[in-house]
Amino acid sequence: MSAPRLAVETLSAISLRDGNKPVLRRVSLTVGTGEVHGLVGESGAGKSTIAKAILGIIPSQVRITGGRIDFEGTDLLSLSSRGLRAVLGRDIALIPQDPLTALNPARRIDAQMTDGLRLKRGLSAKEARLRAHALLEEVQIRDPKRVLASYPHQLSGGMRQRVLIAAAFGLEPKLVIADEPTTALDVTVQKQILRLIRALQERHGTSVLFVSHDLGVVAKICDRVTVLYMGKVVEQGATAEVLTTPHHAYTKALLAANPRYDRPDTGLEPTPPEVISALRAEISAFDVSLLESRDV
Amino acid sequence: MEHWSPTSTTSSAPAEPKPPSTARRLLGDPKVVVAGGFILLLIVLAVFAPLIAPQDPLAQNLLAATLPPIGFPDAEAGFLLGTDGLGRDVLSRVIFGARISLTVAFVAAGLACLIGSLLGLLAGFLRGWVDALISRLVDVWMAFPPVLLSILLVAILGTGVHSVIAAIVVIDWTRFCRVVRTETMGQAQMDYVVAARTIGFSRRAILFREILPNVMPVLIALLTLEMGIAVVVEAILSFVGLSVSSDTPTWGGMIAEGRQIVHEAWWVLGAPLAALFATVVAFNQLGDGLARSLDPVLRR
Amino acid sequence: MLLSVVANRVAMALLTLAGVAVIVFILLRVVPGDPVAMMISPGAGPADIAALKAHYGLDASIPVQFWIWIKGVVTGDFGTSITLHLPVTEVLASRLPATLELAFLALLVAVVLGGAIAVAGTLMRRTFGETIIDSLNSIMLAVPDFIWALALVLLFAVAIPILPLTGRIDPDLAEGFTTRFYLIESILTGRFAVAGDILSHMIMPTLALALPLAAVIVRLLKQSLKEAMLQDYVLLARIKGFRELRLVLQEALRNAVGPTLALTGVQFTFLIGGTVIVERIFAYPGIGNLAIDAVINRDFPLIQGLVLLFGLIFILVNIGTDLTVAALNPRLRHA
Repeated sequence: MSAPRLAVETLSAISLRDGNKPVLRRVSLTVGTGEVHGLVGESGAGKSTIAKAILGIIPSQVRITGGRIDFEGTDLLSLSSRGLRAVLGRDIALIPQDPLTALNPARRIDAQMTDGLRLKRGLSAKEARLRAHALLEEVQIRDPKRVLASYPHQLSGGMRQRVLIAAAFGLEPKLVIADEPTTALDVTVQKQILRLIRALQERHGTSVLFVSHDLGVVAKICDRVTVLYMGKVVEQGATAEVLTTPHHAYTKALLAANPRYDRPDTGLEPTPPEVISALRAEISAFDVSLLESRDV
Repeated sequence: MEHWSPTSTTSSAPAEPKPPSTARRLLGDPKVVVAGGFILLLIVLAVFAPLIAPQDPLAQNLLAATLPPIGFPDAEAGFLLGTDGLGRDVLSRVIFGARISLTVAFVAAGLACLIGSLLGLLAGFLRGWVDALISRLVDVWMAFPPVLLSILLVAILGTGVHSVIAAIVVIDWTRFCRVVRTETMGQAQMDYVVAARTIGFSRRAILFREILPNVMPVLIALLTLEMGIAVVVEAILSFVGLSVSSDTPTWGGMIAEGRQIVHEAWWVLGAPLAALFATVVAFNQLGDGLARSLDPVLRR
Repeated sequence: MLLSVVANRVAMALLTLAGVAVIVFILLRVVPGDPVAMMISPGAGPADIAALKAHYGLDASIPVQFWIWIKGVVTGDFGTSITLHLPVTEVLASRLPATLELAFLALLVAVVLGGAIAVAGTLMRRTFGETIIDSLNSIMLAVPDFIWALALVLLFAVAIPILPLTGRIDPDLAEGFTTRFYLIESILTGRFAVAGDILSHMIMPTLALALPLAAVIVRLLKQSLKEAMLQDYVLLARIKGFRELRLVLQEALRNAVGPTLALTGVQFTFLIGGTVIVERIFAYPGIGNLAIDAVINRDFPLIQGLVLLFGLIFILVNIGTDLTVAALNPRLRHA
């Protein structure tokens, strides 16, 4: 099997503000070439932290205490800011969560789409504009010319997200990180966006790390999935397997809590308290084992 | 000035440590201490000028004209900062000059503050035609270039400290009026004012007992800034020759003379300029520090 | 919609101007200080004084004088300067270009200098460098143009005597100009040596006027830039791989300029007011310098003309500022 595009290896991190509370507990995951990998967990589970670590934008109150992030043979954590800048935008791109705030309200769409192309792919202004036009067509925007000439506030939320998706894939990166790209959108639009991401990903052969708190969303487009709880990987594997035969109690609870459109008879069930306390115990035990292994 | 908050008899949270008193807060701010200290020093110098100044500021001695300050060749002892074109001691003149500057600063700024704030309070609180009238007045007033207006006024009113003060008051009351008006409007919308109204306090009582104390911090900071501005305006007016008579030493007058002989005796310009600079910066920093330590919002 | 706003402002402006004119007119005549007495030669008899008064229309009642003046103003005749014996319009027209060049050059310097330091401070945010900038700027905010002018005199005329102390241009070079915009004309016609001479005369008064404005710009723009840099779109651009300076200039700046622009407009009017004393210090032949003499000599027609001119400039600057701010905000444009 060929080497994975992205390999997060035993990544650990702590929060300096909360008395060095662990935020990531030796997380490992891999994303292969052309694979869509779902990273699932509730708020605070650490998924955004992993994404930020890959992109080099961890907030100052979080410190990485161990592990590495291997991207095409390089440890991203060891790169200087200049080295990281070279990788970002060319090999790694981001589809952000909130399309409203992610676009500069004072710049036109064409400017925001072409600047990355010109910087990272060396395109001329004209070439970049043609490419942006083609990209917008790819994301099924009906009137690319008008959209390119618009400002963000003149577009709907769904359209803005399409623009951002087009911009991300347009750079022809090797890896796209999708940070909860459908959370800020209407339910009706969510499905289209998911389909779009999948289509683009297949067409360009891009690897995708799909961050989400919604297992149902992940189920739709991810090949493999990693389930995260309090910074620790509790389940990992092919999506179909994890969803049909989950091993960990938390995964089971997540599945039960998710309304599935294809199984309307299942109701919403909150995670049972015994599962949560079992999880907590598991985490504490893990932390203790970490400390012990360090002392030895 | 205390924040109006309901007392709770059933609060279970532990009592917060008592906030430091205003005096302690002020003394804890380095800007307030240093700048305030300088101003106090200046006041002392001005008040006790006859005792502190080494020479008579008006005594001319043509044999000792344009002597450089101590440390330069040809300097003479007794004239620490040298002498001007008429042999008068620069240091003594600077010290005496502080008298005019500070008098103008306190009186003019104080009056401008009084008048401007009063009108601002009325405009911001009463609104309606009172506000419209006062605001229109302020707009027209501010269409004049300030320096031109001050020169115009002093030229009309005649020279002398009183006209300088009058000119400053007439020009700068608008600054206080605007700020106080905005602050008052903001305060008037707050809950404690509405509450006071429902309880039945008269408008005047609300204005002076509730709103004014909360406008105070901004006002005091502005007043201090204004004093700095007044000192500069006085210097400009005496530079142009429109302030007190040329006998009384003023920083502006010294600057004017110094400007004329700057190539021969640069210290005649340098000394009063330095004094002016230090004074203006001190008032400015004091105002900054006061604003920070008095305003509960800015304090962080 | 924009047009109606502008029209409203213009109407208000004219009203204000009218108010200013009336106030000055009355003030001058009501208080002591007789211009005729100031220019009369010693030994002149009462008949001469009366004749002179009649010549300048000062013997009529105040309302009549005002009416005569207003009639003149409407037809473009602002009367004759008592001290210079020339039509006021001619005097103003000959001196205004110098002040305009000075004021706008100062504005340019202030914006470029202030902008550059604000950007630098943003790049250095949360480092000691920013603290230094803040401290220095805090002091600079306190210093008015008057003090700067004199400090510059001490520095560049005495300590390092490289700049001329007074005037606008070397008298030998002051010929062959069709307009009074010496600086602009000399640059446009390629006479760069002359332009250089003019600039060497203008450096100090320009700096004196520009530095206070630059300090104001630094404080506000830096704060706005820092706030803008926290926004998500800047983060996304950073993830695209852009360098910090590029982020500040390309993403943050256009979102940050609004309030600074508005404030700069207001402060620019103060700057223009400051030309009165700065021109005096450097004997720069503009309308500011003219104003001081006019007031001291009680030259009523000239004073009135000057006050109206200054008022008009202020109003135009305010309107210009409002239009620029509105034009720059894409949301307002499409509203």
